[in-house]
Amino acid sequence: MHEYSIVSALIEQCEQHARANQATKITRVDIKLGVMSGVEPTLLETAFETFKLDGICREATLCMTLQPLVIKCLDCHQESVLAERSIVCPACNSYRTQVLDGEDMLLMQLEMEQEDER
Amino acid sequence: MCKDCGCSLPRHSHDHSHLHHQELHTNPQLNDKKTLSVIHKILDKNDVEAAHNRAHFEAHNITAFNLMSSPGSGKTTLLEHLKEYTKLNYAVIEGDLETSRDADRLIAKGITAHQIQTGSACHLDAFMVHGALHHLPLEGLDICFVENVGNLVCPASYDVGTHKNIVLLSVPEGDDKIEKYPVMFRRADLVLITKCDLLPYFDFDVEEAKAQLKKLNPDTQILEVSIKQGESMQAVAAWLKTNLRQTTVGEPQ
Ligand SMILES: Nc1nc2c(ncn2[C@@H]2O[C@H](COP(=O)(O)OP(=O)(O)O)[C@@H](O)[C@H]2O)c(=O)[nH]1
Ligand SMILES: [Mg+2]
Ligand SMILES: [Zn+2]
Ligand SMILES: [Zn+2]
Ligand SMILES: [Zn+2]
Repeated sequence: MHEYSIVSALIEQCEQHARANQATKITRVDIKLGVMSGVEPTLLETAFETFKLDGICREATLCMTLQPLVIKCLDCHQESVLAERSIVCPACNSYRTQVLDGEDMLLMQLEMEQEDER
Repeated sequence: MCKDCGCSLPRHSHDHSHLHHQELHTNPQLNDKKTLSVIHKILDKNDVEAAHNRAHFEAHNITAFNLMSSPGSGKTTLLEHLKEYTKLNYAVIEGDLETSRDADRLIAKGITAHQIQTGSACHLDAFMVHGALHHLPLEGLDICFVENVGNLVCPASYDVGTHKNIVLLSVPEGDDKIEKYPVMFRRADLVLITKCDLLPYFDFDVEEAKAQLKKLNPDTQILEVSIKQGESMQAVAAWLKTNLRQTTVGEPQ
């Protein structure tokens, strides 16, 4: 259940961005999860819903984009989006490929409300 | 500057300016809401600490290996026996909580080891390893092993500041584990199929395991190991020797 430590790192980042931008509230957190990043999206969501309650993300919705594996073949130069968890080129069956996406977990975007100027 | 050791190794909170476009643009419909584009690795803090750990190891010309597997695959046993097969001087940062006596087992064999108190953590992170490495005498070491928590899932997400990952899969666990835990095996630099003396008693297909691994990680090497077969242990020692970090010119030998 390392999803709990991942979520606490995520919320900490959100809090830093909120402070830096004088935000009073974060309303949406957009993240991108690679299918090969090693996190389970449903567990991450549960962890977020639990941990957000005592901080600036209290009312935030978590929007997750699942990023499939994207590879580029070094032999036939074809770029492919893969459904299965393998890095073999579906076009020519080469093992000489480079993973372009699908292994990271990234915070992409935050929607926040700032101090009312009244 | 490292507070624990008073060392002058910096923690580079690395420059994100290239991928960190802070375009703060006001949403026209809602005057008081702002959207901030970030693009930030979620485990960024851990990664900075991991880089700091690597700097520690490298300052002492140490190569660090992260040992990962399910509980009971033979990580501690391998470290206990390796001593008989290599002249390389190694120490162990012990993080496996399944057997709290792991560090004692190693110390009993004359191997320097420090046990991390992981509590109920299901993986080690770079901060835990940093705390531990200040308990080890790093001087004169060639290798530092980190024995991670027995778990094929969580440890795969955390860079702990080692140079290479060694993943163990024991024969009784079955050859399907590579397919079931692709993230872990994708990140391996070496896969050890352990307890190979038990191959006659289990339906473990080594060729199938190799084929599965190749689909995820074609450059990884596989070694078949048994602590009861000295030659296989010599192969592990040889791999370690050839995979030591290359000393850069100008660094003290
Ligand atoms: N038959 C056999 N048993 C082994 C071998 N390596 C380890 N074991 C046994 O596997 C059990 C678990 O090993 P241990 O090193 O504690 O696993 P760890 O949890 O990965 O550190 C112990 O009872 C070991 O004696 C091996 O090569 N062959
Ligand atoms: Mg152990
Ligand atoms: Zn976990
Ligand atoms: Zn191809
Ligand atoms: Zn330090």
